[in-house]
Amino acid sequence: MAEAIIQSDQLKQKSVDKGDETSLITGSEAIAVACKLADVDVITGYPIRPYDTVMQYIAKLVANGDMDCEYIIAEGEHSQFEVVKHASACGARVFCGSSGVGWMYAMEALTVTPALRIPMVAMVGNRALDDPGAFGVEHNDALAVRDLGWQLVWVDSAQEALDTALIAYRVAEDRRVFLPCAISCDGAFLTHSQGLVKVPSREKVDAFLPRYNRGDLLLHPDNPITVAPQANEDWLMEIRRQTAAAMERSPQVIREAYQHFTKVFGRDYGNPFFEEYMTDDADVVLVGMGTLSTPVKVTIRQLRQEGKKVGFVRVRWFRPFAAEELAKTLSRFKAVGVIDRDFSLGSPFHSGVLATETRTALYPSAKRPPVLGFICGLGGREVTVPDVRKMSEKLYEAASGKQQPLTQWIGLRE
Amino acid sequence: MGRLYAVEIVYRGIFQKNLAKNISRAIVLAAHKEGKPGISFGRYGDSPERNGIPAKAFAIVATDDVTLEEGMAKYEPQEVDVSICVDDTLFKGVESWAWYGLQPINKLVKPGGTLIVTSLQSPETLAEIAHRKAAPYNLAVVKAQPSFSGLWVYKDDHTDVRILGTIAKVLPELFGLGSLQEFIREEWNDDLKVKSAQRAFERVQLYTVQPNQGNPEEPYKFDMPKWTEMREGIAIPSIPRGHAITDPVDGKQGGFKAARNLTFKKYATRTMRPVIDFDKCIKCTLCWLACPDSVFDVTPDGFYDADMLACCGCGVCEAVCPEPECITMINETAFTDNASQWEAWRKNHDEYEKWVHTTIADRPERSHGFRFRGQYEEQVPDVLRIAQQS
Repeated sequence: MAEAIIQSDQLKQKSVDKGDETSLITGSEAIAVACKLADVDVITGYPIRPYDTVMQYIAKLVANGDMDCEYIIAEGEHSQFEVVKHASACGARVFCGSSGVGWMYAMEALTVTPALRIPMVAMVGNRALDDPGAFGVEHNDALAVRDLGWQLVWVDSAQEALDTALIAYRVAEDRRVFLPCAISCDGAFLTHSQGLVKVPSREKVDAFLPRYNRGDLLLHPDNPITVAPQANEDWLMEIRRQTAAAMERSPQVIREAYQHFTKVFGRDYGNPFFEEYMTDDADVVLVGMGTLSTPVKVTIRQLRQEGKKVGFVRVRWFRPFAAEELAKTLSRFKAVGVIDRDFSLGSPFHSGVLATETRTALYPSAKRPPVLGFICGLGGREVTVPDVRKMSEKLYEAASGKQQPLTQWIGLRE
Repeated sequence: MGRLYAVEIVYRGIFQKNLAKNISRAIVLAAHKEGKPGISFGRYGDSPERNGIPAKAFAIVATDDVTLEEGMAKYEPQEVDVSICVDDTLFKGVESWAWYGLQPINKLVKPGGTLIVTSLQSPETLAEIAHRKAAPYNLAVVKAQPSFSGLWVYKDDHTDVRILGTIAKVLPELFGLGSLQEFIREEWNDDLKVKSAQRAFERVQLYTVQPNQGNPEEPYKFDMPKWTEMREGIAIPSIPRGHAITDPVDGKQGGFKAARNLTFKKYATRTMRPVIDFDKCIKCTLCWLACPDSVFDVTPDGFYDADMLACCGCGVCEAVCPEPECITMINETAFTDNASQWEAWRKNHDEYEKWVHTTIADRPERSHGFRFRGQYEEQVPDVLRIAQQS
């Protein structure tokens, strides 16, 4: 172990990048660059679109000698996640990822990872679940692990993808948390779109990201422990409570990480949990996650010219869910419309997942605006300006007291 | 509120699983002949069972549905009217799969309740082996060996109906002999089984165990940690390393005593134990190597001493030992403590050798172990003899 650390230290010295560079890279490539900057030790891959763009880029970095890591192509997603789980237990910083049904195929490994307190960072290239076989974005893949102890964050630009990946390591590997973190990148809109990204220097990243120290949980001959034994009904609740407590500590660690990030890198994301756009004087707001932010923001600017005060709240961290802060913000408005790029069949009011969570968050508030759920942009369909206009109109109707269905499908041929 | 009846069956995992299930089902169905509702279940935490591990089955019966529901609000009963033990080696205590510590065999028996046991020992002897209990309780001995009845190729030896007949006598409110016989006839269509139940009913003799009788030892317990006290990540610290052994005679230090699991000792699984004649030992290491539970400690003089707190009694050591009568498996009922045999041999050589010869010469009937597969055929004549005597 000590030898390995010394070796990687020497390598680090050799490959230090000087200063920030601007690169034209996709969201996937930005994640790969973050892996390089974070000096990730073990990476596993198994191709599935759109996640495969990350592994292709990492393979290129490794082949060109720009990155030093154990790069393992597994025979399937289940093995892929199992390999990094074990490597992480042995003290390695790890990265992995998948998309759609590939993510689902890894489900058993994904389930055990939080309970074992493995601070894995994963990228989910969001993709519709089969059937039908489809490549376009839906958020149901990443959301499938929402109850298990995974921290889930959505980003909407390549720059944010890179920055959030560094933050994710910092948060996941904090001893107070030690929970995995999945970064969701919308298929196509982010994974395959190249944007100009400021790539920070290695020195800055080193100043921001401490070494992964697994402490007394390290699986190593010098620290003899048994990990993951069988347990009876007299142990499970205590173990679950421990994992829950880690998730409860996560928000504070996220806040600290973003504050320190701003100090080191100079970029300020404001409230880490959600971004507010033109909400100060807004009558009604839309809420959503991921790259739909672009058409929403553009439409809002148009509507503003027409005198309609619409705002937008883009949720970044879905787990942990910033319920109190979000409720405090949303209770200011006359109506709230939640755009779900996912579905939750048979859920309350047949809404999407984010709408249901938002309603739950608002329930304890003294002031509860009507919350409309919009299912939109499924399977990679674009969320268009007319779609956003339509949703905004419905919000104004709800604000004026007009009754309407609590869940509506927008952009559907009907 | 009506009356609730709870019965537990303590048995050896796998070997007696079907026997226990047959008894608990029969209790519910016989009581149902009298219109009483009931529920029968095996302790979920004991599953998946391992060979010989102490396990439990329960039968809960009530005079009416509401009372049954009231009783089932606590799924696993905290006290029972009748406790049934189908292997008398369990009288030393019951350690479950999980880390509960050692439970006395009579722990759940209500004051004045009855503990029914299949045994060839006298009630007086059995009463002394079981742990002491604050209130008096009754002991009913059904003369029999630990039965494998119901397990795969093992034939029906009527242990089930003999126990059921005994229940009809000690707790007639649960079900009467008539209802039981009616049930047996329907279930097995076997007049001989009906008769066995009746015989057992007629021959029951209750022995009352007083609070001053029994093993005064406090059974070892384990305090379950709070969630804030447990290491996170489902990581269990290893057992620390062991230490050298001190020779009780010359004080010489050497060898190695492993530090074993303090919270799961395993010996309640044992139905027979290795008796070692150190005079015959050639120090070949085979027992030490082959023991699946690593129970052999190396003594300062190079012998191998089996730790009786850790031994499950599988008999592998006896099977691999090349020296005749060096290691002999003996039924657990012959022993009252878990002390080191090597220390006894060192302290008083002649007395120990005498004890070994007596113990293995007059060895009580063997019990089930992994090795002794031909047992049933050899036991049939014995079983017949016992039946005729009683």
